[in-house]
Amino acid sequence: MCDQTFLVNVFGSCDKCFKQRALRPVFKKSQQLSYCSTCAEIVSAGEGPRESESISTSPLPGPSLERRTGPERNSLFLVTMHQVAERVEALGQFVMKTRRTLKGHGNKVLCMDWCKDKRRIVSSSQDGKVIVWDSFTTNKEHAVTMPCTWVMACAYAPSGCAIACGGLDNKCSVYPLTFDKNESMAAKKKSVAMHTNYLSACSFTNSDMQQILTASGDGTCALWDVESGQLLQSFHGHGADVLCLDLAPSETGNTFVSGGCDKKSMVWDMRSGQCVQAFETHESDVNSVRYYPSGDAFASGSDDATCRLYDLRADREVAIYSKESIIFGASSVDFSLSGRLLFAGYNDYTINVWDVLKGARVSILFGHENRVSTLRVSPDGTAFCSGSWDHTLRVWA
Amino acid sequence: MSSKTASTNNITQARRTVQQLRLEASIERIKVSKASADLMSYCEEHARSDPLLMGIPTSENPFKDKKTCIIL
Repeated sequence: MCDQTFLVNVFGSCDKCFKQRALRPVFKKSQQLSYCSTCAEIVSAGEGPRESESISTSPLPGPSLERRTGPERNSLFLVTMHQVAERVEALGQFVMKTRRTLKGHGNKVLCMDWCKDKRRIVSSSQDGKVIVWDSFTTNKEHAVTMPCTWVMACAYAPSGCAIACGGLDNKCSVYPLTFDKNESMAAKKKSVAMHTNYLSACSFTNSDMQQILTASGDGTCALWDVESGQLLQSFHGHGADVLCLDLAPSETGNTFVSGGCDKKSMVWDMRSGQCVQAFETHESDVNSVRYYPSGDAFASGSDDATCRLYDLRADREVAIYSKESIIFGASSVDFSLSGRLLFAGYNDYTINVWDVLKGARVSILFGHENRVSTLRVSPDGTAFCSGSWDHTLRVWA
Repeated sequence: MSSKTASTNNITQARRTVQQLRLEASIERIKVSKASADLMSYCEEHARSDPLLMGIPTSENPFKDKKTCIIL
């Protein structure tokens, strides 16, 4: 990808027409002469196949030279996204404020997810409570107490009728949401996944049949069928705990990306269980991975205080978002709807907003009083919600 | 575990790693300049429909506080 080829051009008088031209070596009866390109053509056309065979087979200098000095030249060299995006307009000032504060958790908020109706939020915390909120009114709609503490993963079903959560109990449990006061949510709980270590992330797939993808501290990811609780596919390859996962956005997509404590981000094919691509440029645990809205790239946030953008078709890292003043790890990342903005929550209690194309920080948001542990943009892109160890969730717009 | 099984495990593990690396090396890659250009064009295409980027009028944003209307 980095090779440069140099074409050496000799200028001088042609041995045949004596005009000052760019010369090419021509062999005539084992004697090397220098002909200009016109004479060389004439010689090869007129003197028959045997002569033409002895003419050097180097390409005509004209078109290949153009290629090397024209606009395509840059593609022969290693570039980053920021260099390619130099001509893009810089973004102006952004004013984003906390519009809602969701208070109610008794301990650190570890994970949250939006419902497809762009309004409801499910969040889980260290004290074992999983709460479903209405973000417009800040009312709590449902609350479940899990039998374990440190509920590190929670997800909303695409239908909006169920939530999945799990943590130190090594299981992923699905709770159907019901508004019936007489039914207790805990009674209808269904245990879907079984791992040999803590559950770090879970997500419902987009398929019509309810399936759940889970990531665990035992180093594996797994795909389960909700109805039967059966293991459909398992994904082995990470050398350490898997901390996060994200599904490809397209309806037909059947890949997902996972990040782990082995500093690697791996892209998997859900049907075959194979790892398709692996990226290892982070210097510490990968805490969060999120697909770019087009599905051709993904971003990852890590304990090494950087966020990086990896392109799947180029199969390499194309951008890095870091500043010398940021020394705390990024715990959670998400893209805005168009993919121009990258929101990242850090362990220094702040949220940084990055310009994805230019690599510059656009805004820094203060408000949380402890680590930001989770961050998600709403499905319609009007707001994003962050959860923190300060027991609260904040909706920013 | 006997040392013999341990070394056999290492060999099978190494074989698996080599096979995986061969698979990964054989995928088709495009140039970064092209990939970045595609990402840029996606951004530009969808920039107008991005509420957080463009900002939507307060009346349409459910989260921004509107002037309270008190119905007596």
